[in-house]
Amino acid sequence: MIETLLQGLLLGGLYCLFALGQSLMFGVMRLTNTAQGDFIVLAAFAAIVALTGVAAIGTVGAASLITVGVLLLPVSFGFGYALQRFVLNGTLGRDPLPSLVVTFGLSIVIQNLLLETFSADPRSIGTEGLNTASLALPGGLAVGVLPVLIFALAIAATAALQWLFGHSALGRSFRAVSDDREIAELMGLDAKKVYALATGIAFVLIAIAGVLQAMRTTVSPADGPALLLFAFEAVIIGGMGSFWGTFAGALLLGVTQQIGFRIDPGWGIWLGHIVFLAVLVVRPQGLFPKTRE
Amino acid sequence: MSDLLETTGLTAHYGDAQALFGIDFRLSAGEVVAIIGANGAGKSTFMKSLTGLVRAGREQVRFEGEPIGGLVPAEIVRRGVALVPEGRRLFPSLSVEENLLLGATARRSGPWNLERLYQMFPILREKRARPATSLSGGQQQMVAIGRALMSNPRVLLCDELSLGLAPIVIKEIYDQVPAICAEGMTVVVVEQDVSVARRVSQRLYCFQEGRVSLQGASDALTREQILLAYFGI
Repeated sequence: MIETLLQGLLLGGLYCLFALGQSLMFGVMRLTNTAQGDFIVLAAFAAIVALTGVAAIGTVGAASLITVGVLLLPVSFGFGYALQRFVLNGTLGRDPLPSLVVTFGLSIVIQNLLLETFSADPRSIGTEGLNTASLALPGGLAVGVLPVLIFALAIAATAALQWLFGHSALGRSFRAVSDDREIAELMGLDAKKVYALATGIAFVLIAIAGVLQAMRTTVSPADGPALLLFAFEAVIIGGMGSFWGTFAGALLLGVTQQIGFRIDPGWGIWLGHIVFLAVLVVRPQGLFPKTRE
Repeated sequence: MSDLLETTGLTAHYGDAQALFGIDFRLSAGEVVAIIGANGAGKSTFMKSLTGLVRAGREQVRFEGEPIGGLVPAEIVRRGVALVPEGRRLFPSLSVEENLLLGATARRSGPWNLERLYQMFPILREKRARPATSLSGGQQQMVAIGRALMSNPRVLLCDELSLGLAPIVIKEIYDQVPAICAEGMTVVVVEQDVSVARRVSQRLYCFQEGRVSLQGASDALTREQILLAYFGI
């Protein structure tokens, strides 16, 4: 049972990275990005293509992963910034439907583009054994090295995001435009630029999630909606706009799924959905309502 | 005194409904001007038009001789026009100090900074880490005024400072207007309370149904003139 809990917590770390970008975009803009999962898959494929490219010029192993990581993060930030500035800003308003429709459309476009370019075959990022390496724990338990690294990254990303939101000038701008866009602009803020910066940061998290997903398991063009669902469930369980809430929601989802898998291999995902629905019914604001400090 | 801020034939619309009908307004550097009028007279719409929250024609609003009509609010505050909005509208997610710091986003240089504000409103220093909307109404109004001052504007527009406040608190807040003006500020106050408006201002405009129904020196206008212009009866 302890092993199941441990595996669940570690799986939750990955789900947290899927969900943080979603939580940030919703917290700042009240925008639900229904293409979140597809952007994670897109980032994974971008990394796979880039790794193939750097391998072709002779760089291999950890060096190539670091090179691609260094390149992918600023590119993702720029991509997210431009997407918000030139596409998504035009969908924002009192009616949430335009942003839902546009991101849903993007989801379909990305899936078909990936399918057309890469076929339906699953792919992964070679980790030279990192994804199978394990750490022995007392009591005959063992945990994977990569899942532990992912979990540590999830904690670091959540803490960094919470600090940014609660204690930096940029975070102050995020909270101000979220509270009252009109007055924030009256203070001299360019709300469209602030939104673009938030989405840029969200896409850095999406890129990290995509690379780690492809390192941990495989990715294929049709995976996006399932990843979106996990991200969405983690955000809802934790409480919209709360980063530590998202972290806790992701852990709860991961643990629930692992318990389900232990009961029956077909029950894992299903049990996660049940917990999500239960939270939605009993506590629709999430377990940890918005805490921005 | 030369005109610092002026409007010429200013009109404003909310969809098909017209709210302002050709407002001519002059504001000279260093003076305090009050705008009075009943609910729905167009006072707040006028303030919003001056700050870009309601779109105005390019030439209808001029600041320091330059047309600012149609500019976005962020650009107008950068040029030196700040608004204390009706109802205060503080950011609930931000502390008192964060609200004040956000007011400095326009990064204009001048005498107003956190230390100067805390000298003017010492209670805000004590409560600087508290969520701004947890303060009393009067203290929230101090934050709203301070937030606008942090942009170091040349013109400070105050929309209904006394709304929902006790008379003693209103007096406390308006007692700070001379100190604000002493720093070279030009002030426009929108007020429903005629006696307060006359006391704090040198000139007065009365709005009625989106038009200027009366204007003149505050101490020269008679009570009867003002009542007639205010209520139209």
